[in-house]
Amino acid sequence: MKNKYSIFSLLKNALSYHENWEKAWKDPEPKKEYEAVIIGGGGHGLATAYYLAKKHNMKNIAVVEKGWIGGGNTGRNTTIIRSNYLWDASAGLYDHALKIWESLSQELNYNVMFSQRGVMNLAHNLQDVRDLKRRTHANRLNGIDAVYLNTEEVKKFCPIINTSQEIRYPVLGGTLQRRAGTARHDAVAWGYARGADKMGVDIIQNCEVKGIKRNGDCVEGIETTKGFIKTNKIGVVAAGHSSVIANMAGLKLPLESKPLQALVSEPVKPIIDTVVMSNAVHAYVSQSDKGELVIGAGTDDYISYSQKGSHDIVEGTLNAILELYPIFSRMRMLRQWGGIVDICPDASPIISKTSIKGLYFNCGWGTGGFKATPGSGDLFAHTIANDEPHKLNAAFNINRFVSGDLVDEHGAAAVAH
Amino acid sequence: MFVINCPYCGEREQSEFKAGGEAHIVRPKQPTELSDDQWAEYLFMRKNIKGIQYERWNHAHGCRKWFNMVRDTSNDKIKAVYKMGEEPPTE
Repeated sequence: MKNKYSIFSLLKNALSYHENWEKAWKDPEPKKEYEAVIIGGGGHGLATAYYLAKKHNMKNIAVVEKGWIGGGNTGRNTTIIRSNYLWDASAGLYDHALKIWESLSQELNYNVMFSQRGVMNLAHNLQDVRDLKRRTHANRLNGIDAVYLNTEEVKKFCPIINTSQEIRYPVLGGTLQRRAGTARHDAVAWGYARGADKMGVDIIQNCEVKGIKRNGDCVEGIETTKGFIKTNKIGVVAAGHSSVIANMAGLKLPLESKPLQALVSEPVKPIIDTVVMSNAVHAYVSQSDKGELVIGAGTDDYISYSQKGSHDIVEGTLNAILELYPIFSRMRMLRQWGGIVDICPDASPIISKTSIKGLYFNCGWGTGGFKATPGSGDLFAHTIANDEPHKLNAAFNINRFVSGDLVDEHGAAAVAH
Repeated sequence: MFVINCPYCGEREQSEFKAGGEAHIVRPKQPTELSDDQWAEYLFMRKNIKGIQYERWNHAHGCRKWFNMVRDTSNDKIKAVYKMGEEPPTE
């Protein structure tokens, strides 16, 4: 993709009835050898390849993807972006990503439809109130915008919320991060793919990794459905399938893969202009530009790779949605789907070297990886290129499970990622 | 969403049960003797298998008893259910 997208390219292509647009990325066959190979063509993997090429001048690299790019969790999440995490390490990581989001469309010359519509997190009991106030203070100390709202202010910011104190879990308050918001998830994958392709990165789709070849403690390459590819650096960004790849290399990870569901309603006129998340009752909702309500449900508690979740999880979420938003009681849900999320015991990601030289893992994002896509790619590229973590992802090494230096964001973040 | 044949109660909906993760991870007999690496292995590291997995389940909204299950995690099909303390089926 050589040409920039602009008003002029739009006009020029209009003259030929939009039939001659250049392909946004090539569809190459794999070469015999690469400087580095990224396993997984989702947002994080494509971003990693993009920053490897752009900031670390590694152009002879490939992204191998089992299906099609952006077809896994990148295309299955609820597109929420925020950085209001409790701990310093997480705040650094997620706000790094948020800062990149703010100029990403311009940088990629691709509209990722980043919309800073704000994210509000609700409190439903006294412990929620204390936790959210504490997090607000922690956020401010880390330079992240956050305000605490009382019930009236919550109602004012999002008038359709039922703030009656008579409901089972009344709204006692909430926090608001105004810089937070949403982005178009597919566009993020496509934008990074186009940008990486332009710098010479091979994006190889329908290419499943079948094995990792090791020579002692070093990696030598990967066996794929399109043959053997030689490389000394492998970055694994396989989300729910991270453990499957790790097992190929003889490694064990502290991950469990579980189904996480989301659903969208029929499209309606604009009714909710922000993102509202509620941890305690596990309901979060926003509205897409097409007009659909985008609703995130919870994870099932059993390990599964089936990309299907249980109906009772969806039912529980919709019960909560209806109590908080009685106005939605006659909405019809159009689609429901599941993705497989890789959950770490401390609900924080792993962006790390491993005991095998040349093998790097970026995994464990669990239910909240989308928001971190640009920052995750940037920091993982740094880790792969230098064989050392960046200071922002040093805390997210795999050895924290041995040392005990966990980044426990379970109850402490705004959770419901 | 699937039906589980509780070894004590018979067939019930999966929503009555609580999953307990990978089965047959034996608690170390001499915890004080372990290195940090061995503790990490016991506490955190999991096979997280895509395919046939041995796991623990609890009939939380039923008899509240724990039992073991063999399940294919790629399609949620249950292969066998057996009581705690019994040998896992080899087939």
